[in-house]
Amino acid sequence: MKTVLVTGGSRGIGKSISTTLAKSHHVVVGYVNSQDKAEEVVNEIAESGGSANSVEINISSKESVDRAFASIEEVYGSVDILINNAGITKDNILPRMKEDEWLDVIQTNLTGSFYTSQRAIKQMMKNKWGRIIFISSVVGISGNQGQSNYAASKAGLIGLAKSISKELGSRNITSNVIAPGYIETDMTSFLDDGNKENIIEQLSIKRIGKPEDISNVVAFLCNDESEYITGQVIPVDGGLTT
Amino acid sequence: MEINEVFEKVKGLFVEDLGIDESKVTMEAKLEEDLEIDSLGIVEVVMAFEDEFEIEIDDDELADVSTVGQAVNLLHSKI
Repeated sequence: MKTVLVTGGSRGIGKSISTTLAKSHHVVVGYVNSQDKAEEVVNEIAESGGSANSVEINISSKESVDRAFASIEEVYGSVDILINNAGITKDNILPRMKEDEWLDVIQTNLTGSFYTSQRAIKQMMKNKWGRIIFISSVVGISGNQGQSNYAASKAGLIGLAKSISKELGSRNITSNVIAPGYIETDMTSFLDDGNKENIIEQLSIKRIGKPEDISNVVAFLCNDESEYITGQVIPVDGGLTT
Repeated sequence: MEINEVFEKVKGLFVEDLGIDESKVTMEAKLEEDLEIDSLGIVEVVMAFEDEFEIEIDDDELADVSTVGQAVNLLHSKI
């Protein structure tokens, strides 16, 4: 059984990824502040016959990342599959954006995924097998008003993922990006019904996405069947970016 | 640690971690030409050295290392 680490694995898309991957792997649910929620996910997985535990991992801190990996490796040997899902938003239009708002989002979303990926590949290289999946966003491809920091961080993940795919492909490590569109989670709960109707009008599939729309694609990219797919960006967005 | 002890440990890492034929690992062997280790392979070896000997090796120090003997001498000087 492979061991998966899902950063930000207790809520939203991350929670769905945790429960979906627990059908065939041991899942480590990463959390920062939401230990209670992480434990709920672990219990939910256990009740449906899966295997999971939780670990505190603040990806914006290299020390926290090292500590979390050391604790996982002590028990499970290695992180075989890394899902870089954790991320934050601090939206503001560019003329009003504070330097802190920029730096915090880049530090967590982009540099944090650098910390986790660099740490994970140490064991993946030894194992000559690994899967790294980045949860980016369609705004990393298309940009978005009021999200220059978030869009830049999510675009940065694409460059990181593609470079990893070239550096480590010879060791059977694949690295891919999923770019979700509008998905029903806490992060998009600020949208009112009027906003939602406007969004749905732009989509080919006439509904807002569900977390499972993302986690099903993640599950496929974790399989051996997908080993010839690497360095790719897969939008899962109901046709928003076509 | 004696230099031949370092060599034996280095040989062990090459054989176990990289699956290189033991008889090919001599002090004179060239890493890329004779042992067919690619640049990523050299990084893997360095990381294994760092773990095994609990040392840190700078990229600058590696610039002059192209044979097993040079690697052994570098490690011997750091332990």
